[in-house]
Amino acid sequence: MSVAIAFEKARADGRAALVGYLPAGFPDVDGGIEALRAMVDAGCDVIEVGLPYSDPVMDGPTIQAAAQQALEQGVRTTDVLRTVEAVAATGTPTVVMTYWNPVERYGVDRFAQDLADAGGAGLITPDLTPDFAPEWVAAADARDLDKIFLVAPSSTDERIALTTAACRGFVYATAVMGVTGARDATSDLAGPLVERTRRATDLPVGVGLGVSTGDQAAEVASYADGVIVGSAFVRTLHDHAGDRAAGLAALRRLTEDLAAGVRRA
Amino acid sequence: MTTYDADAQGWFGGPAGATTPGWGGRFMPEALIAALDELDTAWQKALVDPTFGHEFDQLLQNYAGVPSMLYEAHRLSDHAGARILLKREDLNHTGAHKIRNVLGQALLTKRMGKKRVIAETGAGQHGVASATAAAYLGLECTVYMGEVDTERQALNVARMQLLGAEVVPVTSGSRTLKDAINEALRDWVASVDHTAYLFGTAAGPHPFPSLVLSFVRGIGDEARRQCLELTGRLPDAIAACVGGGSNAIGLFAGFLGDPEVAIYGFEAGGDGVETGRHAATISAGAAGVLHGARTFVLQDEDGQTVESHSISAGLDYPGVGPQHAHLAASGRASYLPVTDAEAMEAMALLARTEGIIPAIESAHAVAGTLRVARERQGETLLVNLSGRGDKDMGTALEWFGLGRPDGPEAGS
Ligand SMILES: Cc1ncc(COP(=O)(O)O)c(C=O)c1O
Repeated sequence: MSVAIAFEKARADGRAALVGYLPAGFPDVDGGIEALRAMVDAGCDVIEVGLPYSDPVMDGPTIQAAAQQALEQGVRTTDVLRTVEAVAATGTPTVVMTYWNPVERYGVDRFAQDLADAGGAGLITPDLTPDFAPEWVAAADARDLDKIFLVAPSSTDERIALTTAACRGFVYATAVMGVTGARDATSDLAGPLVERTRRATDLPVGVGLGVSTGDQAAEVASYADGVIVGSAFVRTLHDHAGDRAAGLAALRRLTEDLAAGVRRA
Repeated sequence: MTTYDADAQGWFGGPAGATTPGWGGRFMPEALIAALDELDTAWQKALVDPTFGHEFDQLLQNYAGVPSMLYEAHRLSDHAGARILLKREDLNHTGAHKIRNVLGQALLTKRMGKKRVIAETGAGQHGVASATAAAYLGLECTVYMGEVDTERQALNVARMQLLGAEVVPVTSGSRTLKDAINEALRDWVASVDHTAYLFGTAAGPHPFPSLVLSFVRGIGDEARRQCLELTGRLPDAIAACVGGGSNAIGLFAGFLGDPEVAIYGFEAGGDGVETGRHAATISAGAAGVLHGARTFVLQDEDGQTVESHSISAGLDYPGVGPQHAHLAASGRASYLPVTDAEAMEAMALLARTEGIIPAIESAHAVAGTLRVARERQGETLLVNLSGRGDKDMGTALEWFGLGRPDGPEAGS
C-alpha cells in the first residue's frame, strides 16, 4: 500500500498528513511495536520504522542513542521487518527509513520482497540518492514499493528535478542543513525548498527535521503536505524509560498535539 | 592500457549497471551532494591550473620537506636477503605522508573561499597535519577524535591544541575513528557553506578517493624516478601499509602502469585474522557501503559495522579506500594481514639495523616486506615508510617493557 493514499486522504480533509518515526527495537522490539501502534491510534497517518544502524551520519544524539540501545539489545533486520508487519496490519501505510548498507547486505531484491510481504509501503533512504540507486529503483518498481528520496536546502534545481523524478509516494524535504533532532524554532529554509520542490513535481512533499510541537506542526503544515516527526517521539519514550505505561500515555498526548497541529494550519 | 582511475561518478572498475557493481561511488546524504560537487569542480580546475600546481609543489618543497629521499637499507637488506629501499615519508614535516594530503586540501579550501576546516583523526596524525596546515594558511580548524583515541593519544591532542585547533572528543558509537568520521560528517552537513572537510585518507565519497590520491601520488612518482636513478631499473615489488589507504595508493599509483612490478598492501592483522580482533578489511571483510563508498567493510550479517582492532591507531579502521578494493578484486595488487606482534618485531628490527624508528603503521609494511623477501631473495623491494615512530613511543614502552634502565631489551 503506497503512502500516497494517506496523503490523498489528508488532502481531501484539507490538512497535512502526520508522519511519525521511531527506530525498531526501541525500547525493545515488542515495546517499539506497541509504541508505534499507539502513535497510529492517536493520529499518525504514516509510520516510519527506522532500521537501527551502527553509523547513522544523518542522525543527531537522540536518535543515535535510541538506535545504539536497540543494537546493543541485539535487534536484527528481521526484527525491523516484523515491526513493519505489525504496524502495517493496522492499515496505516508503513515505510522503513534506512541507511543503505543493511539493505545491500540483506540483498536488495530479497529486502524489497520481504518488505513487500510484510505489508511495507517502501523505503526512505537518507544516504542513497537516485543516481546511485539503480538496483533499489528496479527492485522497488518490480513490487510497486514507494521510493522516498530526500531533497535539501542545498539541492540545486537540477538535483531536485532528478530526485523528484525518481520518487514514488512522497518527497522528503529536509528543513534544515543539519542532522535529526528537535529544534526550538522551525527553519526558514523549509518554505522555499518546498516551493522549489513543488515546481518540479506533483507528488506530496513532507517536511522533516526539527518539528516537536503542535504549533511547529501547524506552521509546517501551512506550506507542506506532510509533517514528519522523529526525535520528539524518541525523546518522549526515552524520558519515561522506567515506566512503559506513562511513556505510551505521553506518546499519545504528543501525537494528539501534533495531529491537532496539522489540522490547524 | 588498463585504467585504474575512477569514472566521473567515482566508480572504480566499471560503472553502475555493469555485471559486477564497481567500487566507490557516492553514497551520501543529498544535503552534502552540492558540497561534494563544489569540491569536485574546484579540484578539477586546480588540477589543470599551473598556478595551483606550482603553489602546491612549492609548499611541499619549502614547508614539508618533499621529495622525501629513497634510502637504501643495507643492514636490513642483509638481514632479509633482498635489496630493500625505503621511501622516507617519515622525514616529512609532521612525521608522515599525511602532510601532502592536507596541504593540497587546505590550498583548495583557500581557493573555495572557505575559512574553516574540519577533520577526523584516529591516531592523531591526520589531525596534527590538518591543524598544521590550518595554522600555516590561517584557517580555523576543528578536529573530531574518538574519546577512546583522545585518551590513547593524549600527546597528539596536545599538539593539535598547541597548533590552535579545537579537538572535539566523540562519545558516540565505538568512540573511535569511524565515529569521528560520522561526527565530522554531521558537522559538515550543518556548516557546509563556510567549512571544508579535510578527509584524512583515500576513502569516503567521490571525489575524496581520487582527490586524495592526486595529492599523495607524488610518493609513487618520486619513488619510481628515484629507484631508476639509484638502481637503473624498476623495483621487483613495492609495499605499503593500508589503513584507509592513502600512503599505499600514493605509492602504488606510480607503478600501476608497470605490470612487471608486484604490488603488496599490508593490512593490520591485530591479534590474528582468525581471532576476529583485527582491521584486515580486504583480507577478511565483505563488500558493502561505509562512509560514502562501496568497498570492503568489516561488518556483521546484518551490515552493521564491526569494530576493528589494531595496535596501530592509524590502521584501526573497518573500511578501506575503494581503489584498493578494485586493485584487490582485479588482482593487480595483493593484500595480506600483518599481526601486531609481527609489526612490533619489525619496528624493533628497523630501529636496531638502520637506526630508524618507524611508525607502527609503517612497521606493518616492513614486516610484510620481510615475509615477501623470503620468496623474493635477491630481488629489489621498495617499501613506503609512511611515518616515524615518535608518536608510538608510549605503545612501544608498554609492548617491550622499555623505559626502565634495567628493563628488557626490545627484540631480544
Ligand atoms: C604513519 C602512518 N602511516 C599510515 C597511516 C594509515 O593511513 P593510510 O592508509 O591512509 O595511509 C597512518 C594514519 O594515521 C599513519 O599515521
